[in-house]
Amino acid sequence: MLESLIVVLLIGAIAWIGSAIGLTAVFGIVLPYVAVCVFVVGLVRRMIYWAKSPVPFAIPTTGGQEHSLDFIKQDKFDCPNTKWGVFVRMVLEVLLFRSLFRNTRAISFENDPVNNGPRVVYYSSKWLWFFALLFHYCFFLVFLRHFRFFMEPVPACISFVEAVDGVLQIGSPRFFLTGGILLVAILFLLARRIFDQRLRYISLINDYFPLWLLLGIVISGLYLRYFDKAEIAQVKIFIMGLTHFSPVISNLDLNGIFIVHLTLVSTLLIYFPFSKLVHMPGVFFSPTRNLPTNTREVRHINPWNPPSQFFTYPEYEDRYREAMAEAGLPLEKQPKPAE
Amino acid sequence: MLYNKKAVYLGIVILVVLLTAPFWAGLFGQNYTKTGVTKPNEEACIENVEFMRAQHMRLLNEWRDEALRNENRTYIAKDGKKWEISLQNTCMRCHKNYDDFCAKCHLSNSVSPYCWTCHIIPVEGK
Ligand code: HEC
Ligand code: HEC
Ligand code: HEC
Repeated sequence: MLESLIVVLLIGAIAWIGSAIGLTAVFGIVLPYVAVCVFVVGLVRRMIYWAKSPVPFAIPTTGGQEHSLDFIKQDKFDCPNTKWGVFVRMVLEVLLFRSLFRNTRAISFENDPVNNGPRVVYYSSKWLWFFALLFHYCFFLVFLRHFRFFMEPVPACISFVEAVDGVLQIGSPRFFLTGGILLVAILFLLARRIFDQRLRYISLINDYFPLWLLLGIVISGLYLRYFDKAEIAQVKIFIMGLTHFSPVISNLDLNGIFIVHLTLVSTLLIYFPFSKLVHMPGVFFSPTRNLPTNTREVRHINPWNPPSQFFTYPEYEDRYREAMAEAGLPLEKQPKPAE
Repeated sequence: MLYNKKAVYLGIVILVVLLTAPFWAGLFGQNYTKTGVTKPNEEACIENVEFMRAQHMRLLNEWRDEALRNENRTYIAKDGKKWEISLQNTCMRCHKNYDDFCAKCHLSNSVSPYCWTCHIIPVEGK
């Protein structure tokens, strides 16, 4: 846990020092380009790798009644047996995280009056689902808002998102709700791992690192907006230079923290294809999600089965008929009498 | 060998296009290489220009609080000059051309201050 925090802080510190000693071009131009390349190529490579992996068994998760006799009501979206049903389930999973909604939490009682002894009770637990949903949607909106740096003129839909996001009209520059909620959601997801003993026991450095990294990105972003402000117009000129492949940097006065922000984002992009964060494209490749539950209607053939060689009984008889007739074995077809 | 070729290729294309969207947006849109604002003929702004660029919205916020909560309508700049705290009569007296100054920069950066539902944007020549 602390190791990963230290790594994130170190990355930030290196970027900050780098920008202070005049290496802005390295952290501001070279690194982002490298990061985008690694990100895109890494994700495509991952997807091809998954697409090459055979699925030996039909293993869809079933969250309800399977398709069966007519008078038994099927749970169409939790246990779909058609492609359309699978599509709907996938859409709901991706947009609403329904499998997290089913999350439960086990609590054990040492002395439970119900059965006079220890007993485990599973309670529904929606916190993870709720904060995961908040986190993903706010992250998406924050990402969308950043398109004001990528586009000239800024399309109306982005301005609309900003108007809704800043609807409270608190302060100046206006407070954007998604930024604040994002911070709270990440803090929850982090606190969950740190303070829940069972979760802490199974958490590894690659669970903490993305959270600290995201926290670093969010904090530096909020800092640049509300505290030591970046010069937004200058930042836009800089970013547009990057996306037009004609980077400008020399005459711009970029905030050191902005370079830290950019470096942390680049780190995220580079880290992404090699970490658990690839669940973004991964969910679509997950056989537990993308297979229909039609195991009783359609036989799933393991694609890596060696090609089977059959030798059927009629063939066997054809080959050994003469010998079998000589030995007096019963035959389905008698050999032709010799002429 | 790839399984579900068609779906996988489609997925890859969609993903790559979405992930590189900032570059497409840049490529198909205009570039933005300077703010292109028309500066007034005065010598200097209230604070130095770097501060104004980055922090003018916070300065205005501070002004608003000073004027309305603390009844203090004079602002002493870092260089000791005194300014009357007023959005319309101070800022906009120098920055007369709202459309080519404030609005120009705000439009490019997708900022829409809601101040002007109450305050009045000065029209040039008045
Ligand atoms: C060089 C570009 C530039 C110029 C010129 C400029 N602004 Fe801004 N202004 C910005 C940017 C960028 C923001 C948004 C900052 C952010 O989103 O962090 C902003 C934000 C604001 C806000 C806060 C809006 C909100 O709701 O968040 C106010 C108020 C404001 N400007 C007033 C003015 C006034 C008045 C003028 C003209 C005297 C002016 N600005 C000129 C770039 C500029
Ligand atoms: C005395 C006249 C004067 C007043 C009053 C004034 N400004 Fe300025 N402002 C200027 C001048 C002149 C510049 C150009 C400075 C330079 O480029 O060195 C400038 C520059 C700016 C810039 C930076 C533009 C850029 O991109 O370089 C902003 C933003 C700005 N002013 C906002 C304001 C706001 C907001 C107020 C009111 C709080 C205000 N100004 C009051 C004269 C004034
Ligand atoms: C709901 C209407 C309303 C809105 C919206 C509004 N103001 Fe005001 N503002 C007022 C009123 C009323 C006063 C008081 C005028 C006075 O007492 O001189 C005032 C005073 C001020 C003052 C100090 C005195 C002066 O004359 O300028 C500043 C600075 C100011 N507002 C800035 C802003 C900024 C910046 C925004 C946008 C972010 C804004 N206001 C939005 C109504 C509004």
